[in-house]
Amino acid sequence: MTAQTIKKAKTDERLLRESGLKKLFRRPELGAVSGAILVWLFFAIVAGDSGFLSLRGTANYLEVAAELGILAVAVSLLMIGGEFDLSVGSMIGAAGMMTTILAVEFGWNIWAALFASLIMALIVGAINGFLVIRTRLPSFIITLGTLFIIRGLTIGLTRLITGRTQVGGLKDTLGYDSAAAVFASSVEVLDPASTRGLTADFPASIFWWLLIAIVATFILLRTRPGNWIFGIGGDVNAARNVGVPVDRIKIFLFMGTAAAAWMVASIQVLSVGSADTLRGELREFYAIIAVVIGGTLLTGGYGSAIGAVFGALIFGIVQQGIIFTGVDSDWFQVFLGAMLIVAVLVNNFIRKRASETK
Amino acid sequence: METPILEVRGISKYFGSVIALKDVSMHVSAGQVMCLLGDNGAGKSTLIKTLSGVHKPDEGEYFVEGERVDFNSPREALDHGIATVYQDLAMIPLMSISRNFFLGSEPTKGWGIFKRFDLKRANQIARDEMSRMGIDIRDPEQPVGTLSGGERQSVAIARAVYFGAKVLILDEPTSALGVKQAGTVLRYIAQARARGVAVIFITHNPHHAYPIGDRFTILKRGRTLGIYTKDDLPREEMIRMMSGGEELESLEHELREYKDLALDNLADAFGKEGKSLH
Repeated sequence: MTAQTIKKAKTDERLLRESGLKKLFRRPELGAVSGAILVWLFFAIVAGDSGFLSLRGTANYLEVAAELGILAVAVSLLMIGGEFDLSVGSMIGAAGMMTTILAVEFGWNIWAALFASLIMALIVGAINGFLVIRTRLPSFIITLGTLFIIRGLTIGLTRLITGRTQVGGLKDTLGYDSAAAVFASSVEVLDPASTRGLTADFPASIFWWLLIAIVATFILLRTRPGNWIFGIGGDVNAARNVGVPVDRIKIFLFMGTAAAAWMVASIQVLSVGSADTLRGELREFYAIIAVVIGGTLLTGGYGSAIGAVFGALIFGIVQQGIIFTGVDSDWFQVFLGAMLIVAVLVNNFIRKRASETK
Repeated sequence: METPILEVRGISKYFGSVIALKDVSMHVSAGQVMCLLGDNGAGKSTLIKTLSGVHKPDEGEYFVEGERVDFNSPREALDHGIATVYQDLAMIPLMSISRNFFLGSEPTKGWGIFKRFDLKRANQIARDEMSRMGIDIRDPEQPVGTLSGGERQSVAIARAVYFGAKVLILDEPTSALGVKQAGTVLRYIAQARARGVAVIFITHNPHHAYPIGDRFTILKRGRTLGIYTKDDLPREEMIRMMSGGEELESLEHELREYKDLALDNLADAFGKEGKSLH
């Protein structure tokens, strides 16, 4: 039999036509982008005259969003790869404390201290990944364990070395000025709408947040490892069967979240000048919330880093917006939890519409 | 006779005390469809997992193009041009067609840290390969989940053929499909064969096997009942051999009894009705 004798399959018009609107609906970050616009509009109307709309107000919520966003972007890659990392919150405390102790108590140059704590973070991240692969336990369990181990070690070791749980004096250490310039400087911008010459400070963390988001998006959408991350999260066996180096990618992803935690820690200790063993508490959950609001599927295989950026932006707008409205900020958590549930429902609906089998 | 592209001789596989395969031999040549038939539990899965490198046979020899091989992993079998398309884990539904198509073997452009996934080329190749298989995809970036089951299978087949599969092992590609979709998949099997690929087509449905198969291997309880051509084996005979003739005959007999019983009951009921009407 030859190819010519075989009847060519006819084009099935029903299956293969797709509207442009549907293509838009297929973007995972759609929900978070429209959500960000909605909450911004809400606070612009409710709290617009109390400073939310001013340049200073904008810098205010962008700073909050940036510190969470750096973490959320790295977590989004890991979650698309189908894993969780609950240890990032305590890693913020650990990395910040390690940098500070090495610089303040041991007199290290702050750059050396930063480098050492980065190496520590990467090793812990690799250990997380290695444990997940070797034990085949859910990463939720493994990193729940390391969450407490890291926090406990941070508190225990800090008290052992310094006798306290807070260490200050970072601003007087060697190399502080250059390190602070990189991680904790800010750009002063004159508010054009202000008649009294008011200025707003845009911290460097915003720049780092956007840079990391761009790099993560490039990796995810335009490189081979990015394709592998989607494949691993979508179906780990299928990915392994076609030769994707599953274990290596997962370890890299855990190292990525730990490195992001180090980045957040470095920004914090360098802008405040001190470290606290309890820094970063609950950050692991805030990061997951931002990622999920950003359209990433909890089970992996679907999502985007841009979504995580907007998830963090929503977080920042809401947290600071509530303060501008004058409502007690205790209500923030209620809002946050409700938003998480609504976001997941909306995302599920959109995804179902975009990818249902016909 | 030319050297078969894939051949096994006297393969046996034991799982503890269970004999999954015993002394199975088969071979397939380029441009040929070998149908592997058998009822549930006949050893079809074990045989294809052995062929695709998942299991190592306990006894017997495995040859690829006349050369003795010993696979330790599915990847090694793949490197020898033996590709397996599994029914369930062929595709990742939320990923696009071209991302699925190239998963693990993505084309790249650029060097160093600027080396990137050449999506444009991937989309182009995926679209071309699918149209060579007779499917017109307008948008290779649509999620695989929007395709029908038969089309998902054919993306997997097109992928295996594109990546240089010399032998294509298809594990029950039609069993979960409707009549029309199964027909679609059978057509792609014929396309692959026309391109010189040797196909091993596993099914328990003789009506799917018969139109496409060149040779038929029938497995029963871990043993092979032999290799047949269409001339040796009329369709009814094939069905009889697959499930065990006597079992089928006794079932037929049993069903006929039920039918008689039902007819009797019906006659009784009508008899009473008839009387009461009068």
